[in-house]
Amino acid sequence: MNLMDAVERAQMKSDLPDFGPGDTVRVHVRIQEAEDKFRVQVFEGVVIAVKGGGTRASFTVRKISFGYGVERIFPLHSPVVEQVEVVRRGKVRRAKLYYLRSRRGKAARLKELRRVGVEILPPEEAPGKQAPSEAPSEPGK
Amino acid sequence: MVEGLIGKKIGMTQLFREDGSVVPATVIQAGPCVVVQRKTLKNDGYNAVQLGFVEGKPARKVTKPREGHFKKAGVLPTRILREFKVEEGDDLKVGDQLLVDALFKERERVNVVGTSKGRGFAGVVKRHHFRGGAATHGSMFHRAPGSIGASSFPSRVWPGQRMAGRMGNERVTARNLQVVRVNGEQNVLVVRGSVPGANGSYLLILKPKTRNSKPET
Repeated sequence: MNLMDAVERAQMKSDLPDFGPGDTVRVHVRIQEAEDKFRVQVFEGVVIAVKGGGTRASFTVRKISFGYGVERIFPLHSPVVEQVEVVRRGKVRRAKLYYLRSRRGKAARLKELRRVGVEILPPEEAPGKQAPSEAPSEPGK
Repeated sequence: MVEGLIGKKIGMTQLFREDGSVVPATVIQAGPCVVVQRKTLKNDGYNAVQLGFVEGKPARKVTKPREGHFKKAGVLPTRILREFKVEEGDDLKVGDQLLVDALFKERERVNVVGTSKGRGFAGVVKRHHFRGGAATHGSMFHRAPGSIGASSFPSRVWPGQRMAGRMGNERVTARNLQVVRVNGEQNVLVVRGSVPGANGSYLLILKPKTRNSKPET
């Protein structure tokens, strides 16, 4: 019996899609506007890093907003992150895509990954949650 | 009711609040504890219970006298025995089991007593937070204690002068830690912040006697 695991597992989300570096995701972030007013903001960009494990896991999303590169680091299991949608799978050869920071425009593109036997629905067809992938594995593990 | 329990430090983690902020937390295996002996005013001159910390398996390597002590109580031997004060009219009996959720509630405050990690013979910078000197720029004064007093008067070192020496491995109380989770089934108590000692070390979890024992939001 591992009590540490039991405490941590209770915190962790089980409904996260399988995503990793290179993937383009839409992160639904809950934002508190007033005492009891909440609104969901979507941050869409490329996952350039997934770090840590267990409750401490986090991922970094990069996008270009009005010509400026913007990165946000989300704790994977934070209640503020309501949902993560995978828009596009990128074909990448490393775990951390920090090299994208020094590239812009055409040079910062990633090839789409087409895996055999894995159907990835375009975002308008995928209702809410991401289409099932081979196994509900934990990203970054 | 008893004022505390025996526990074991499992380790630290972090928990999310609903607003996404993170709370540093220590996971403690708290109890179950079993009453091994009842001390009464008549017999022992004071009122207390002796509790044993029930772990997965009963203790091996029990000395003969202690074996008899447990046999008399009719409970399985435990590695740890600690005494806790109780009120005069308390109805705890030998053999009674005590669980976390009966004693502590979420948001309450507790004191946690443990043995701090031993640091061995530690210098004055680590032990007393002396500032030490510059590392470079020709400085020849790095982590030395400096002056330890005046000369002809008093011609001795004043008592209490802070110097290098053994550090840690002593009883430390972390006071007024907020309880963030209580799980009676798994005997888990999660408190906010850190707790003295290494993972796996034994702890006492006590109800604080201070003013701040009221629940907090």
